Order: sequence, then structure tokens, then C-alpha cells
Amino acid sequence: MSATRVAGCAITGLGVVAPTGIGVPEYWQATTSGRSGIHPVTRFDASGYVGGLAGEVPGFTAADHIPARLLPQTDHVTRLSLVAASEALSSSGLHAESVAEFGIGISTASTLGGFEFGQRELEHLWGLGREHVSAYQSFAWFYAVNTGQVSIRHGLRGPGSTVVTDQAGGLDALGAARRQVRGGTPVVVAGAVDGGLCPLGWAGFQSAGRLSRDADPASAYTPFAASADGHVPGEGGAYLIVEDSEHAAARGAHVLGTITGYAATFDPDPEDPVADGLSRAAVLALDDAGVDTTDIDVVFPDAAGHAPADRAEAAAIIGLFGPGGVPISIPKTGTGRLLAGAGTLDAASALLAIESSVIPPAATHLPPHEGLDLVTEPRATRVRHALVLARGSGGFNAALVVSAPDAHSD
Amino acid sequence: MSSFTLDNLVTLLRQATGEADLEAAEHFADTTFTDLGYDSLVLLETAGQISRNYGVVLSDDDLEQIETPRELVERVNAGV
Repeated sequence: MSATRVAGCAITGLGVVAPTGIGVPEYWQATTSGRSGIHPVTRFDASGYVGGLAGEVPGFTAADHIPARLLPQTDHVTRLSLVAASEALSSSGLHAESVAEFGIGISTASTLGGFEFGQRELEHLWGLGREHVSAYQSFAWFYAVNTGQVSIRHGLRGPGSTVVTDQAGGLDALGAARRQVRGGTPVVVAGAVDGGLCPLGWAGFQSAGRLSRDADPASAYTPFAASADGHVPGEGGAYLIVEDSEHAAARGAHVLGTITGYAATFDPDPEDPVADGLSRAAVLALDDAGVDTTDIDVVFPDAAGHAPADRAEAAAIIGLFGPGGVPISIPKTGTGRLLAGAGTLDAASALLAIESSVIPPAATHLPPHEGLDLVTEPRATRVRHALVLARGSGGFNAALVVSAPDAHSD
Repeated sequence: MSSFTLDNLVTLLRQATGEADLEAAEHFADTTFTDLGYDSLVLLETAGQISRNYGVVLSDDDLEQIETPRELVERVNAGV
């Protein structure tokens, strides 16, 4: 019954820019080795600011990756975004010309837009006068800028959207992409690359009061540890090619996995001890995927690194899976928290875990947790279904289930 | 300020477009900005630089009417 067919959502391409590597091979090599990309900030003089460690994308020279024409009009994060989106598209084997004119859409998430670009133009505005503000400021700072620049560069004329739900955004962008595919768009470039490693961004992180004060990269970001005192911020993320399974099969595409479940919930106060939004999102996503907790081979948690939020998340996971009931993989300990980039990078890691049958370890030393099976060494095991969790400041919760291509639950 | 030349414009366009090796090829002066591949944002950015560096403010109407580098240079010189 094709009229009532619900499109399956295959993932047929992947692109990554992360503090632990540019490009999927480099990222996965570092991640499965437990290598960390967290170091003292180099992008600006961070002395005098709280913290001082960050996950910066290393060795990135924009001019090596994107056309000169785009340089004056793009923020650093948009440049990183263009690189990840290009890798995702080229790894999928798709070309915009070979798909129907409006057949490729784009769905991104952003928390800060082009923050560093905006900071510089604010300096021009107040330091030199309004006539010194670049015409490109009109869009370069904006949350939707990556959706625009990626779609223009690759000629994507399908539906475009941007969601802004802080750190939950990466998963919400994938959920939005799935909705578009189910609605008849064969392909959606989906994900998020985010960050704001500049003085203005840092001032915002600092005022939120969640930055770790620990100056040692090996211990600054240790979610779920009793000693956890905050997180380290980072930049980067991932793009996925979300494709109608039949479309992917018809062109013989390599399928990395499928999005089988997604849900989002909202808590007025996510740190309220009775708030259960994260747990509800996980249950709804599992139901949506048609799987039980026993089918889930690994969980990639939000891992705030902030004691009350960690306790709430641990309680939600233990409540669903039982004590030590599922491996917990936290590669973001090696990247820092990437805002909206985090959820899609974790989804990418889940797909790579499925493909390579390795659950990546934490990149910092995590002490044993009485209720959570924290993965601290690479773990060779078959992964059929993975659950990814993310929370955004203000009460956003999102959960995503990705499954092996052959792991049909029905 | 004596005058605004085509070379001055090329220098500004290098910044506005990011094309550090931009040179005025043959017929450059009389090729439309559209055919050169420059959109309205490049013109806006260039107009901002002209205003800052040469003190000539181009209106939105000016920018809509100016189609080629030669027309832009002439319009700026008329305003110097």
C-alpha cells in the first residue's frame, strides 16, 4: 500500500568536524582510541575568563577547504559546517543534479549562529561606527546561516529548516529531517555544527555557570563523577544524509544505518527532581522504533558534567535499563560540549559503532559509577540499536534511536 | 581626493569577494556585475568600503542602477 507507506530513513552519508579530527576516518580513529581534543584555548586570550580549556577543531585553515568567495561572508562555524556537509554529501555518492529538482532538503540546528563574526562586527559598530559594519553581517551571524550557505553551495532546493533548541538541537534537526523524508522529500542533509569559542561566546557560557574550573584537560570534563564541576565547551558537529530507504536502495547506496525512533519533550525545569522529560523522550523514541530497552546495545547520554543534571540523567537511564543495564559511551568527553553539534556527532558515533562493532570509550578518566556501565576502554561488540540523548538549556529533551541496516524490528 | 579609478575598485572588490588574486580582465569595466558573478551583497559590501574610504555614499537607487564597474567608477567620481 504505497499510499500509506511510511518512508524508512536510511543514513547514506556522514561528515564530521570535531576537536578530535576533521573527516570521519580521523575522527573515528581518535574516538575509538580514546584520544582527547581538549586543550587550553588558543583562538583568543582566555586568561581572565573562567575555565580556559576548550575542544577546538585543530589545524583548520579555511582557505584550504572552501572557495575564497565564501571567506569574507562566513563565520568560523559556518566554514566548519560547509566542510562537514560536503563530506556528508560526497560520501553518499549523491549529486544534486541526479535527484529531482526539489528532492534534496536541508535541516540544521544552531545555538549561537555565527557568533564570532557577530562579535567582530559589534566591535566595528561601537569602535568605528555603523558604516564599518560589513554587509555580510546581515546573515552571517544568523542561526539559519548554515542552512542557507550549505543549500546555496550544493544547489539544494528542497525544504530548508533550522531549529534552535540549544544542545537538543542536533537530534531535533534529525527528527525534522525524518519528517521531511516521510513527507515525500527523498533526501535531506541534516545535522549541526555549532560553537562559539570567542570572548562574547565565552562570556555567555560563563554567565550560564556551567563551565568547569579545572585546568587539567584529563579531569576537567568528567560527567557522572562525584567530582564533576562543570563542562568544557567545544566546537564542531556532524552532518548526516537522511534518505528515503527505497530511494537509497534504488541507487544502490551504501546504508550506514537507519533512524528508527525519535521523540522530543519539554520540562519547565529540567533540574527539578521530579522532572521526567528525558526519560519520557527516551521511552517515546524506543516505542517509535518498536524496540525494548533490552534491544539497545549502547546509550550516548547528554552528559552535562553538572551534578544535578548528571544525577537526573543517571536516574532516568537506570530507571529504564536497570543498574549497569546498558553500556554508556561518552566520546564527547574528548570534544567538550558542542551545543547543537553534540547530538548529531553522537548520532554519527552511534552509526560508526554499528558499522565497526566498537563502542568508543570516554576520553577522560571516569571513575566507576554505581549504577552506570561507563565505557572506559574500546569495547568490541555488535551494535544493532543505539539510543542517543540530548538536553538543551531551558528544558529541551530529545532522544533518537539509530539501528543497523539489517536490524528490522518488525 | 583626486579620483576613484578602476584599480581602486579592483582593490576593494578583492576584499569584498575574498578573491585576493582578482585582476581586471579584458572587458572587465564593461561587463555587468551579474556576469562577473557578483551579487547585490558584494555591491553592498563594496559600497560600504567606498563610503568609508572615499566618503561617497551610494544610495540603494544608485546601486540598483549601476550595472558595470565603469558605471560604478563614474558614479563615485561624480560624487567625490
